[in-house]
Order: sequence, then C-alpha cells, then structure tokens
Amino acid sequence: MEDSHLVELLWTTFAAFLTFATFSFLYKDNPFYKFAEHLVVGVGAGYFVVLLVLTSLKPKLWDPLLAGQWWYIIPGLLGVLMWMRFSKKVSWLSRYPIAFYIGTSGVAIPLYMYNSINRQISSTLDLSVGFGSLTAFWGIIIVIGVLTGLMYFFFSKEHKGAFGGLAKIGIYVLMLGFGASFGYTVMARISLFVQRIAFLESWGRMIGNFFS
Amino acid sequence: MKRRVPLAMVFIVSLFMVIQYFVPLDSLAWMYQYLLDWTIIIGVFALLLGIWSLWHVSYGKIKQRAENWQYSIVTLAGLFIMIISGFIPGWGNLNNYVYEHLFYYVLVPIQATMFSLLAFFISSAAFRAFRARSILASLLLFAGLVIMLRFVPMGPVSTVVADLAGWILRVPNMAAKRAIIIGIGLGAMATAFKIMFGIERSYLGRD
Repeated sequence: MEDSHLVELLWTTFAAFLTFATFSFLYKDNPFYKFAEHLVVGVGAGYFVVLLVLTSLKPKLWDPLLAGQWWYIIPGLLGVLMWMRFSKKVSWLSRYPIAFYIGTSGVAIPLYMYNSINRQISSTLDLSVGFGSLTAFWGIIIVIGVLTGLMYFFFSKEHKGAFGGLAKIGIYVLMLGFGASFGYTVMARISLFVQRIAFLESWGRMIGNFFS
Repeated sequence: MKRRVPLAMVFIVSLFMVIQYFVPLDSLAWMYQYLLDWTIIIGVFALLLGIWSLWHVSYGKIKQRAENWQYSIVTLAGLFIMIISGFIPGWGNLNNYVYEHLFYYVLVPIQATMFSLLAFFISSAAFRAFRARSILASLLLFAGLVIMLRFVPMGPVSTVVADLAGWILRVPNMAAKRAIIIGIGLGAMATAFKIMFGIERSYLGRD
C-alpha cells in the first residue's frame, strides 16, 4: 500500500473515531464526547480566524492600505476601538464601532419593507398562483389564512368575540405550518444521520480493504 | 462623548442607509459599499476579541486546574494548530495540507454528527408534541406526519400522500409562512426605527 493511502486511511479513521465519540453522547455525557466537543470549538474558532483574516481583513483593509487608500484607516481604527473593552477606563470607546455596526441595521427598514411586507402582500393577493385546478379558490384560502394568522399575532386587542374567532382560525393555519416545518426538520436531521452512517460504512470498507 | 456620540452615530448611519436605498446615485452606492466593508472589518476585529476571550477562559481553567481542565488543552491545541497552519508563509494558506485536512476530517465529521444527533432528540420531542390531545396538537401531528411520509414508498397510497403534502405545503403552510414573514418584517422595521431614534439603546450597556 502506498504511503498516501495509509495517511488517508489514518485521517479517515480519526474522523470515524470522532463520529463515534460524538454519537456516544446518546448514551450519556462522557470523556470521548467532551474531547470531540472541545476539539470542535478550538478547530472551528481557528478555522474562522484564518478564513476571515485572509478573505476579509486582508483584501478589505490590509491591501487597500498598502495600495495607498489611506481612508481605510478609519474602519481599521474603529475595529481597534473594539478592543478597548479590555480596559475598564476606556471601555466606553468600544461603543463607537458597536454604534456604527448597529447603525447599518437601518438598511433593514427599506429591505424588510420591500421583501417581507410589499412582496409578500402582492404575492398573497395574486390569485393566479395557487394549488391544483381550483387555483383562485385556494388563493382566497391563502389570503384568509394570512389575515387570520396576522390577527393571531396581534396582541393589542383581546382575543374575544369575532376577532377571537378569526384569531383561532389563524392558530389552526399556523399549526399546520409549524407541523410541516417540523416534519421537514425531522427529515433533514435523519438525512444527516443516514449520511454519517454511510460514512462509517465506507470507512469500514476501507479498513476491510486494508487488512485484506 | 460616552453616550451621545454613539447615539448620533447610530442615527446618522441608519438615516444614510435608508436614504441610499431610495436615491439611485452612484456616489451613494459607492459609499454604501464602502460602509459595508467597514462592517466586515469591524466584524473581524470583534471575532478576534472572541478568540481572546476563548483563550482567556481556557487558559484560566488550565491555570487553576478547574474541573475538566484537560479538555481546555484540546481546545487551545485545536485553535493554535489551525491558526499556525493557516498563517505560515509558503504553506499555501487556505489550501495548505494541515488546515484543509483538519477541516475535512475533524470539523466536518463532528459538526455533521452533532446535527445528526438532533434526529434522536427531535424525534423524542415529536413524541411529546405530536400527542393528539387537542385539535391544535392533532393538526400539528397531521401536517408533520404527512410531510414525513411524503418520500416513503407506500404503493398506490404514495400518490395520495404526495398530493396531500403538496396541498399542505402550498396552501396552509404558505399562508402560515407569509403571516410569520410579514409579522417579522413589521417587527424588524419597528425595532430598526426604535434603534435609529435612540428609543432602544440597550446595546450601549451601562456606564
């Protein structure tokens, strides 16, 4: 067997060990799981440091500064101000970059207005897009579902009388939606589980081939 | 200086973000892109703050021989091996052997297995949530069950289940999702306005 194959087998065996170690949590918390848990925290943090420094900080701050675009020193200074949190005396300076960061969330106002409200309302009112042959009928049901669903989320008025009845229809619609989401999530997790078992099976075959 | 300047910054930046969306000027588009770069740069500095915090906590545990301190060595070893392998000049940076292999043979298997573990926990949660004790729970059970059975081969029944799943997804589920999205949109806008006008200022912390 070539050295490269042996090295690949060792790496895959280590990955299989980590898979078993993580699955061992199904029994109870144990040293193997703790090892995998702490390892993934360290490796994950290191992975993102390298990735973000090389793909974001370098091209967006370091390279422009080296190219003489001196105005990039402003975000650099704001970034450094974040580290003022280390000092009790000047920790208030870290509010400046945080304030800038929070301020950019102002873009959410027009974006949410367009994507989450305008477009959703116009799509809801488009009765030509529905289900099956009774397109317009199901389109009207969707409109009723959206309105009653929104009524359920409106807590400024007590859910009593006609309003309470409509809000109740809304919660039925929401429950069907939550059930569908739940079913989807279960299926997605089971797919991941199947994929991990398939990985262990391929590792078992690798080991079998190695010893045969 | 301590509170008014950050509040003014939030207002000015938020206002600019709203205006640039409605005013189609190249200079505003350039400024918007430039400010987005700022957020990325500040974000990376904030991440490094988090890394320092991780080091501080882990090193403190090792120093004090706190409970399970040995595992902190594992965390720090993983962290430093990744960082060193990524930054060593001439190793090809993101494509270097150690960095790539630790990603594919350590990070990917553990994270994928952790998410697959949720299959068991979510099933146990389903057992409790799906008990048909009321109309609401029955609706949840019905929708969840139909969606889960959608891809299960059951002969001629499969077509009926697939049609039913299609109806659930495209009628009640669509209505529910739209109501939730519109609700989130209204909530996000209201929160953004509160932040912009300084009504919500918890991000400033205490003096």
